[in-house]
Amino acid sequence: MLRTWRQRITTTDILVWAIGLTIAALVIWGTIVTLSVGKFTRANWIDLTIRGLALGGVYALIALGYTLVYGILRMINFAHGEIFMSGPFTAVFLAEYFNRSGFLNSNPVIALLLVLLLSMSVSMGIAILLERIAYRPLRNAPRLVPLITAIGASFFLQYTFRGLYGSGIKAYPEPEVLKGQVMIMGVRVFNTQIVVILGAILMMLILYTIVQRTKIGKAMRAVSEDRETAALMGIDVDRTIVFTFALGGASAGAAGLLYSLLFPVVNFFMGFIPGLKAFTAAVLGGIGNVPGAFLGAMALGLLESIGPLLFLDGFGVPAPYQLKDAIAFIILVLILIFRPTGILGERLAQARA
Amino acid sequence: MKKKLFAFLSVLVLASMVLAACAPAAPATPAATEPPAATEPPAAGFTCDDPIGCVDIAPGEPVHIAYAMVISGPDETLGIDTRNGAEIAVADSGGEILGHPVQFDGEDEGCSAEGGQAAGTRLAADPTIVGVIGTNCSSAARVAVPLLSQAGFVIVSPSNTAPDLTLEGNENNHPGYLRTAHSDLIQGAAAAQFAIESLGVTTAATIHDGSLYADKLQEVFVENFQEMGGTITAQEAVDPNQTDMGAVLTSIAAGNPELIYFPIFIKAGSLIIRQARQTSGLEDTHLMGADGLFSPDVTEGAGDAVEGFMVSSPDLAAFGDQYASSFVPKYQEMFGTEPISVFHAHAYDAFMLIKAGIEKVAVQEADGTLHIPRQALRDALYATENFSGLTGNLTCSDTGDCADPVIAVYEYHAGEFPPEKIWP
Repeated sequence: MLRTWRQRITTTDILVWAIGLTIAALVIWGTIVTLSVGKFTRANWIDLTIRGLALGGVYALIALGYTLVYGILRMINFAHGEIFMSGPFTAVFLAEYFNRSGFLNSNPVIALLLVLLLSMSVSMGIAILLERIAYRPLRNAPRLVPLITAIGASFFLQYTFRGLYGSGIKAYPEPEVLKGQVMIMGVRVFNTQIVVILGAILMMLILYTIVQRTKIGKAMRAVSEDRETAALMGIDVDRTIVFTFALGGASAGAAGLLYSLLFPVVNFFMGFIPGLKAFTAAVLGGIGNVPGAFLGAMALGLLESIGPLLFLDGFGVPAPYQLKDAIAFIILVLILIFRPTGILGERLAQARA
Repeated sequence: MKKKLFAFLSVLVLASMVLAACAPAAPATPAATEPPAATEPPAAGFTCDDPIGCVDIAPGEPVHIAYAMVISGPDETLGIDTRNGAEIAVADSGGEILGHPVQFDGEDEGCSAEGGQAAGTRLAADPTIVGVIGTNCSSAARVAVPLLSQAGFVIVSPSNTAPDLTLEGNENNHPGYLRTAHSDLIQGAAAAQFAIESLGVTTAATIHDGSLYADKLQEVFVENFQEMGGTITAQEAVDPNQTDMGAVLTSIAAGNPELIYFPIFIKAGSLIIRQARQTSGLEDTHLMGADGLFSPDVTEGAGDAVEGFMVSSPDLAAFGDQYASSFVPKYQEMFGTEPISVFHAHAYDAFMLIKAGIEKVAVQEADGTLHIPRQALRDALYATENFSGLTGNLTCSDTGDCADPVIAVYEYHAGEFPPEKIWP
């Protein structure tokens, strides 16, 4: 046993492990130094954690779209960030209208739900159109072809929306009810953060129930296991795939609105970075795996929010937040070194292999 | 087999379409690459002895002045505003220079090094261009200016403020480059002076976004602030596309500064204004930016949180009488709005400087052919003295600083633009 293990291991493996261990050691060392200096209070850390969770919740909803589509088509839908942008960038006009007419403050719940509905339906519509026009004709093409199409579609959507609504920024109005803050066990939390975290968790639960408990969810899982066999069993593969895109699009639209509550400035380029981050989160959690996407996204949100301060401040690195993305991606590399299929593993692909 | 035939046919169709599209343009191509007057040698025997060449303009041909400005994206108000200013200058000149119509067009520099590279390369490839007005952003200038300078143009920037662009002996100071905007050595010092003397603060933190403009400006601010006895608690940085500023602000709040100075651009700036008000410890901290944040988009992007936010910027009230009495009404008439940023007058002056230079050095022939020696034009611009412009009396230094800068501080109020002047 030990001998076969020794034969299998190569110099590269040892090198990679050494790099991984060095990074891990640096991270732990930095953390200890920062905490022992004690520049930041407990309230600071809790505040950062809550920010990280809110951001992670949004990433999770976007990551879900990547993961569902990957699970079913084995394809990375790189235009997903733009699907995410299309909803809130359209719904901002409705929100502005509600704000001007006073409806937003007199009936905030109904108004926000209507804005959410519009955001979700626009994103869903774009996702369905994208599948029908850009991906379906290429379903049996080599795997790289739809991937490149997705990148093209991403640019196409960005510049279409720029043409439609202009390239400047638009701001979401803030309803009065969301402006305040509450103290929960001595920790200050903003109303928007509560809404975003709860909203994200609720959406995740709904989506998880759809995938695990409904008939169409069962069909989705069947198609992702084996498309041909599923078709032979009488499952309408095309319809299932369209439904998957619709589900991913709707959750991206919801994520877009939650994101706009947190950071109420939207423009045509807003989907690119969150899209990239959510894709990372999906890989981190194990792509194709729904709970994995949630876990990966939360981990990424927390890493981005707390990481730079916790790991770097102790070393006296100037302007640690410039390295926010670097840290997030180094940790990603670290996790993939020790668990190449992500935190929870690439469940569907394993079943296939 | 059928498929192959189809593919072959479609390639054939595509190829013929491409050829057909090219066909009408073909005769025009040689004319565009060659200077127009080269086909007919000048009658009076003009010979160009300028070390970097001449632009020859046949009768009826336009004098080509180009722009390199940021006309799309989150920072577009800056560029569109300067383009409007230059267009008013073109209109005020009657649309012509020395009897030749003015051709005014250009490229988007995107407020980034990549955008500057693209715009610079494209403009430099056009030999009909005499002068370029631009760039807007210093990051774009650093890449575009060497290309444009190499091509022999004069480059007059209406809004580059990074100090090194006109610092003698600096590798980023290129021949042919001038600017009508102030150097940030002046703006940073004014901001620090305002903070210490008028606001009465002694501690400050700065945030930059990695752009040349922001990084240099906060550096100048920090130097001056410390010289005047202030303490800097943190020098942080964000990414221009970053949306979550909470962590940066929390880290800044730990140092308890009385002022946060973030001379960055609109998108990240608006989010910092919003989120600073939600960060514990920063609720009452003074927030201050610079001319990059002088825009109606800040009022829109930051919402109610904009109340009390301050920016340093060129003092619009210090401009000559002509500015309020004639320029602003013309702006409103042509573009249907009040000026949307602060550098429109500088762009107006940039065009007028180039025009005055051309009028001074151009050689006119009897038939109307115009020859503009490029080096002589550069020399004429550098020699500008007491040029009466909209922004003041312009005198250019040997390295290209032409501004007559007066810096003021403005304070925003929720829902209002332009902001109110509070200093000096």
